[in-house]
Amino acid sequence: MRVALFVTCVNDALYPETGRAVVRLLERLGVEVDFPAAQTCCGQPQYNTGHRRAAEPLLRRTAAAFAGYDHVVAPSGSCVAMVRDGYPRMGDRARAEGRGDALAAAAAALVPRVRELTEFLVDVLGVTDVGAYYPHTVTYHPSCHGLRTLGLGDRPLRLLRAVRGLTLIELPGAEECCGFGGTFAVKNEAVSVAMGRDKVDHALATGADTLCGADNSCLMHLDGLIRRQDAPVRPLHLAEILAGTKADRRPPR
Amino acid sequence: MNTAYLGMPTFPRAAAGSVRDTRLRANLTHATHTIRDKRAAAVAEIDDWARLRQAGKDIKDRTLRHLDHYLLQTERAVTAAGGQVHWAADADEANRIVADLVRATGEREVVKVKSMATQEIGLNEALAAEGVAAYETDLAELIVQLGEDLPSHILVPAIHRNRGEIRDLFREAMGRWGRPAPDTLTDRPSDLAEAARLHLREKFLRAKVAVSGANFLVAETGTVVVVESEGNGRMCLTLPETLISVVGIEKVVPTWQDLEVFLQLLPRSSTAERMNPYTSMWAGVAEGDGPRAFHLVLLDNGRTATLADQVGRQALRCIRCSACLNVCPVYERAGGHAYGSPYPGPIGAILTPQLRGLQSDVDASLPYASSLCGACYEVCPVAIDIPEVLVHLRERVAEEAAGHRRERAGVRAATWLLDHPAAYAAALRAGARTRRLQPERLRLPGAAGSWSASRDLPRMPAASFRDWWRAHRARPRDARHGEGGPGAPPFREGGEAR
Ligand code: SF4
Repeated sequence: MRVALFVTCVNDALYPETGRAVVRLLERLGVEVDFPAAQTCCGQPQYNTGHRRAAEPLLRRTAAAFAGYDHVVAPSGSCVAMVRDGYPRMGDRARAEGRGDALAAAAAALVPRVRELTEFLVDVLGVTDVGAYYPHTVTYHPSCHGLRTLGLGDRPLRLLRAVRGLTLIELPGAEECCGFGGTFAVKNEAVSVAMGRDKVDHALATGADTLCGADNSCLMHLDGLIRRQDAPVRPLHLAEILAGTKADRRPPR
Repeated sequence: MNTAYLGMPTFPRAAAGSVRDTRLRANLTHATHTIRDKRAAAVAEIDDWARLRQAGKDIKDRTLRHLDHYLLQTERAVTAAGGQVHWAADADEANRIVADLVRATGEREVVKVKSMATQEIGLNEALAAEGVAAYETDLAELIVQLGEDLPSHILVPAIHRNRGEIRDLFREAMGRWGRPAPDTLTDRPSDLAEAARLHLREKFLRAKVAVSGANFLVAETGTVVVVESEGNGRMCLTLPETLISVVGIEKVVPTWQDLEVFLQLLPRSSTAERMNPYTSMWAGVAEGDGPRAFHLVLLDNGRTATLADQVGRQALRCIRCSACLNVCPVYERAGGHAYGSPYPGPIGAILTPQLRGLQSDVDASLPYASSLCGACYEVCPVAIDIPEVLVHLRERVAEEAAGHRRERAGVRAATWLLDHPAAYAAALRAGARTRRLQPERLRLPGAAGSWSASRDLPRMPAASFRDWWRAHRARPRDARHGEGGPGAPPFREGGEAR
């Protein structure tokens, strides 16, 4: 089984720890992970801001970078949603504009092999207990694309429940958007921040010390608010919780 | 379109104002959360909801594909039933038609049953300019009218008002329009409803002309359908001598049988009721029963142009249930007025710019009034993929609207960088090198400032993931054990992750 890590640009540039956690986790589960260095970004920022044509080179790049791998795994529901929903649409539009089938073919070849991390763990590897240890109270925010576009369902929660030492506390209003939304966060700052503050308030109301999510872009927005108000909760990517074990010399904070 | 909305600020500015209005937010949050929970329960009662939703979508799509056919069929049926059909290409034409019809009766006032189409065209203002007073009879519309306000919700136009505000408004303004509210009026819902009832009764019994909208038009019989909760609509539709219905051309469905689907989808999605309390249907005129003259004004006003857009046309499936507003986290904080149109919320963000075009700043800002969370698509009873249309309209804004040249240049530069991994890696390295110099709480200019005004900036890591990989993992496969391998301590170079 040839598995490629699609680390995604936000993780690559800002949260390399998450990428390392995915590598550590998958290797512990016996998966051989590769990182094709030709990958960069899925093109979601361009596409969602209305620059569809500007995203096309990145569709081609992403499809080419992962050609030949049985599975492509990404620790970001929103980037996987972009591939699964956006790429076929981009291919269709290119075809409708009389620019041939190449883009649609590239999308079609990639889409069935790309999976969000929890999908890969639960559906492909068939595990929910990954042998992790995290002695903390945790509340989980299901980001919108994972929740609605991918339909991840309770996969993340099942993985978290199997973590030793972890106490999972339900997040009130969990299914509400945190307000990140890509460029929405700056184009509609006031509303974005109002949504994010409510999300942080809900997380604080649980009393959990960790706010877990599976999308670092949403967590970046929440972390920005949390640090600004010095709130006592730490945002952390799910992969980093799942990667930690009792054997680790220094357990994750 | 409606002059009442002219000069509206763009969505981000209007929304920033509403976000600070704590009473507005409390009113909205309370109302939307109550109704969204009820809706979820009402929908869960039906085990074939998904199929019903698909049927609603399919019927609307097929009708829209053959709209010309069904509209002509409607016209023939209405005429055969003794009504008269008028075609209005835009708001001005529709207003002129209605004003002429009212003038021909010699009347100076009309009663209205809630009609979004007439708000869309600014009919009340147009009639006022002709010396005709238009009285809203839907309770929430009445509240909006008395307050010289604008509607802020499709179904509950006065959702932004609480009971205390409404009591004050009734006491202060009702007398100016007709029968005053009693001095002893309290904010109990039954008291408020009774005051409105007495006030409106006077108008119903006096009015000779009524103006209505419609939820559906049935092509095969020329039947106009209005569903409502208060019964005031039925008074409007039966008591006056002349009835004028202003209806968007997308409201047509082919047959009576099709109504079966929508009369299930609509009430559960909008008021969370199994069936709406009043369903009124009329076709033409009948001797000795109801109005003696019936006019149907078929309104285009941007709909044909919307139909021409293959992605955007799905907005015309909308049955105005308002479910998308009630689940929208952006609507909940921004309030309905921020959308600068009688159609607020997610549906407004895709319908308004299509009906009005993208020329004005407020219309060009609407496709960005969403975080693309997808909650609206999930609840929409006719499966309008609102996020898809939003992104599509953003594309049109980026192409058509003037102020987007700088953004386009920036996006092109970013894409170039991302399409050249070596340059990209170098840029990440440069970022990492200067990370100690990067403040987290500085007020930055431009887009970065919109981030840092209220949020700390993310901390730059010591090395990008790709650099870590190249340093530690990109080696021949057989040499891969040892550091970082199974059971090894987690890689912690560079300290704090976040
Ligand atoms: S878009 Fe869908 S959910 Fe929104 S008002 Fe229209 S029918 Fe209802």
